[in-house]
Amino acid sequence: METALTGLVGLFYAVSIYMMLSKHIIRVLLGIAIFGNAVNMTIFTAGRVLREVPPIIAEGRTALDGVTANPLPQALILTAIVISFSFFAFLLVLAYRAYQELGTDNTDEMRIAEPEGEGLPPLGY
Amino acid sequence: MAAETSVPVDTSAAFVLGVTSLIDWAVIAPVALPILGGALLLMVRHRTRLHAAVAFAVLAATFAACLVLLWRVMGEGTQVMTMGRWLPPYGITFQADMLGAAFATTATFATTAAAVFALRDINATGRRYGFYPFLLLMIAGVNGAFLTGDIFNLYVWFEVFVISSFGLLILGSERRQIDGAVKYAVLNLIATTVFLITTGYLYGVFGTLNMADIARKADGLRESGPLMTIATLYLLAFGMKAAAFPLNFWLPASYHTPRIVTSAMFGGLLTKVGVYALLRTFTTLFPVERAVLSDVIAVVAVLTMVLGVLGALAQTDIRRTIGFVVISGIGTMLAGLAIGSPLALSGTVLYAIHSILIMTALYLLAGLMREAGGSFSLHELGGLYRSHPLLAAMMLALMLAAAGLPPLSGLWPKVMLVKAAIEGQAWWLTGAILLSSVLTTIVLGRVFALSFWRPQQALATPADTRPIDPIAGYGTVLVLLVPAVWIGLWPEPFLRIAETAAAGLADPGSYIGSVFSAQGGS
Repeated sequence: METALTGLVGLFYAVSIYMMLSKHIIRVLLGIAIFGNAVNMTIFTAGRVLREVPPIIAEGRTALDGVTANPLPQALILTAIVISFSFFAFLLVLAYRAYQELGTDNTDEMRIAEPEGEGLPPLGY
Repeated sequence: MAAETSVPVDTSAAFVLGVTSLIDWAVIAPVALPILGGALLLMVRHRTRLHAAVAFAVLAATFAACLVLLWRVMGEGTQVMTMGRWLPPYGITFQADMLGAAFATTATFATTAAAVFALRDINATGRRYGFYPFLLLMIAGVNGAFLTGDIFNLYVWFEVFVISSFGLLILGSERRQIDGAVKYAVLNLIATTVFLITTGYLYGVFGTLNMADIARKADGLRESGPLMTIATLYLLAFGMKAAAFPLNFWLPASYHTPRIVTSAMFGGLLTKVGVYALLRTFTTLFPVERAVLSDVIAVVAVLTMVLGVLGALAQTDIRRTIGFVVISGIGTMLAGLAIGSPLALSGTVLYAIHSILIMTALYLLAGLMREAGGSFSLHELGGLYRSHPLLAAMMLALMLAAAGLPPLSGLWPKVMLVKAAIEGQAWWLTGAILLSSVLTTIVLGRVFALSFWRPQQALATPADTRPIDPIAGYGTVLVLLVPAVWIGLWPEPFLRIAETAAAGLADPGSYIGSVFSAQGGS
């Protein structure tokens, strides 16, 4: 199970980095969404993937009897999912507004904040 | 709760059983107060008249809490508090050592000044869009990052201030702002995601997220675990947050677009959180990896310093000029991290404190120059020396400070860094620090000459000018200049803080001991 998930995580990273290298904001955003999921899957897989073994130490023992999935990475992912979801929602709105205001989703043409050919500052007076 | 000793299970091995005294809450107050204030302001979102007063009161209380914390740290050493009364390494630890307490105090001070400046800079519409709540939540995130002792919690605080900064950045929804915000948001999100991946790996190797616990276990895992990979990934993530070359292009693309008071807080605070995170991870957690990577950090530092200031030379908009000066300062701080001796680290700490104050003040001053001269462009400004002599005096002081000339605050940290670089036989680092200082003098000297000494330009539109407010205008920059002059003329107390902070960084044992010997309570 872990091996298959590891391969999937690698695929996610490859796809997301490829998408993020695009000039078009919408592809970059899709890349970021996949990137966030790739990270979550990484941490999830690293915390062992097992079915229905509660991580509870039996009475009278001081350690777990067998292996269980580590619950802490899953708690970390929950936090990370909430954060990346809210970021992604913000980014979608921002990208849509950028498309409305700037009339393009090509980053090469988004030069309002940094105009091309601004020229040098005065060299003397 | 756990204090019930009548229950059959003995909880003393896992919990703090005593009562937390009131003053111990100072560890968490610099974070809790602004969060509560921000929540309160969100509830009264439509009553914009209240916002400024509430925000100022909360920030003043936060600053007082920071001072109490700093005083406690100076007197008694690192203060520790673990949430939920757990004993570390369980539970999330807040840990205020000298570094974190000093940075939090300076950051809160700069934000308070900016909040006063915003009285005039942010109109009722900006307040209705939530300027003051975002401001309070941002300082909560920044202080949280400075004070937390848990690396995943550090990630959470990064996200708290980053998402608040998005809100501040697009306040007004101008085209330029949206353009800048797209680049800022995408690149910052990638940086924090890399931080998250690395923290996942780190947990996989160490099985703990408490920074003191990580530092304690690092020696034993150095042979078996991929610590070098983790350290390098942290360098990537935090270098991007700190705007180190070649990952700094989001900063000049966005920092000049929002309201000037927002630029001031971003330039003053946000990149320094990246520097703080680099200091924390590379000295407390991974000192051996820092030594291996020191050449890489040194090259990055030199390129950031020199290319930053060369970028500043080519700008006509003074806000963009200051943005590049901020980047150049980050390079100077990284130089101290690259050398790594106690002297170099204390130079970096003092430089960061100086930089928080001076960069905030420079941006605010640019705002005042806009009010006085009607423009941010060097082509259009002029004649301010005659019309606004006090503004000229403040600009001159800030120029001296940013360039590292006496009698202001930039001098001592640069002296320390240059001395440390010479002692460490890093001649080219010495040369780069001095070269960037000379170039910074030229950059800001040219801003001064063109906008103050040059006669008034015909291009400037007097309709855009307005009188500068004595308190919300001049007053805020002067208040920021007070500690800057103080550091310049009588650096003893600040040097002591920086040296204690650097000593704490150079000796992780004290950091570890403060968590595990005090057993969490206070």
